[in-house]
Amino acid sequence: MNRNYFIVLVILLTLSPLSGQEWTIDRIAQYETFDELEHILEYDNDTTYLINFWATWCGPCVKELPYIEALNKKYKDQAYKTILVSLDMRKQLGNKLVPFLNKEQICSEVVVLLDGKAHRWIDRVDPSWSGAIPITIVYKGQQREFHETEFHTTAELEEIVNRFIKKSTNE
Amino acid sequence: MNKFFIGVMLLIGGMLSAQSGYNIGDTAADFSLKNVDGEMVSLSSYEGAKGYVIVFTCNHCPYAVMYEDRLVELHNKYAVQGYPVVALMPNDTELKPDDSFENMQLRAKEKQFPFAYLLDEGQKVYPLFGATKTPHVYLLDQDRVVRYIGAIDDSPRAAAEVEERFLEDAIQALLAGEMPDPAVTKAIGCSIKSKS
Repeated sequence: MNRNYFIVLVILLTLSPLSGQEWTIDRIAQYETFDELEHILEYDNDTTYLINFWATWCGPCVKELPYIEALNKKYKDQAYKTILVSLDMRKQLGNKLVPFLNKEQICSEVVVLLDGKAHRWIDRVDPSWSGAIPITIVYKGQQREFHETEFHTTAELEEIVNRFIKKSTNE
Repeated sequence: MNKFFIGVMLLIGGMLSAQSGYNIGDTAADFSLKNVDGEMVSLSSYEGAKGYVIVFTCNHCPYAVMYEDRLVELHNKYAVQGYPVVALMPNDTELKPDDSFENMQLRAKEKQFPFAYLLDEGQKVYPLFGATKTPHVYLLDQDRVVRYIGAIDDSPRAAAEVEERFLEDAIQALLAGEMPDPAVTKAIGCSIKSKS
């Protein structure tokens, strides 16, 4: 890996978690359309991204978040980044999503997708996706895995993510 | 070798997902499930039906709740034309007490559901259909052949912003003796809750 790039990445990773900082509505990027959001599924660099589609109203989603958070903390020194894509509704952002993020002390990046015309973008996320949440995408460059499932341990997630991160150290 | 292995896994995965549940053109098996009024309901008990609007739905899922009024309207409009809504609640009620039979009865009463709201007791019916979430619609014709699978319309969150009424268009197509187009759509929903 390019050394300068690595240094920049380490600096970014140490700055970005904003640990201990209060969640506010302004800290959360809101995307009105899937077109505006799509770039987060297409970063082409050496970082492994875990993208999770969830919502505060989705029981299984909320249940697996601690595992995603735990892995995010464990891999904070790796080229690894988590983005939680919330499908919460507009009127729930201030009174449900923000309090939830503070209560659960979520450290991962959180964005909101407000595009209600889901039939137009479900297949663009993954053609095999039925439309039920949660889903998790792990990708690095062109390498990609899609999981329409609920995770029950951090180890399950780590096994998947390691298939991506290990590769970069081998190369 | 690795790539080959992944390829084989993908192939098997694809075959499994293609095989689970009904596709367009498949004939659905009839069922007999308990309605919120205590009576057993099967599709064959609908006299004069030209088809069936099977909707997997539930109490707890916000997306299902957002469609309740629209389902009532749809039933009121199309049951008289031979296409009754038949709502099935597929979740494990131990995992989701909000979806218990008693709570189904309460919701049906509150919303004055004019259609049957059936408990998929033992969760035997939804896997046959291949339903994965609520709400999830299967439109059957008179012979219980699956003609449309997917979403009710294109705007779960806001009834006022609906532009495409997929399900209603599909019913209209069948009424006109045509095949629905699109025959399959997708929507966001809550995964069906099961212990296995």
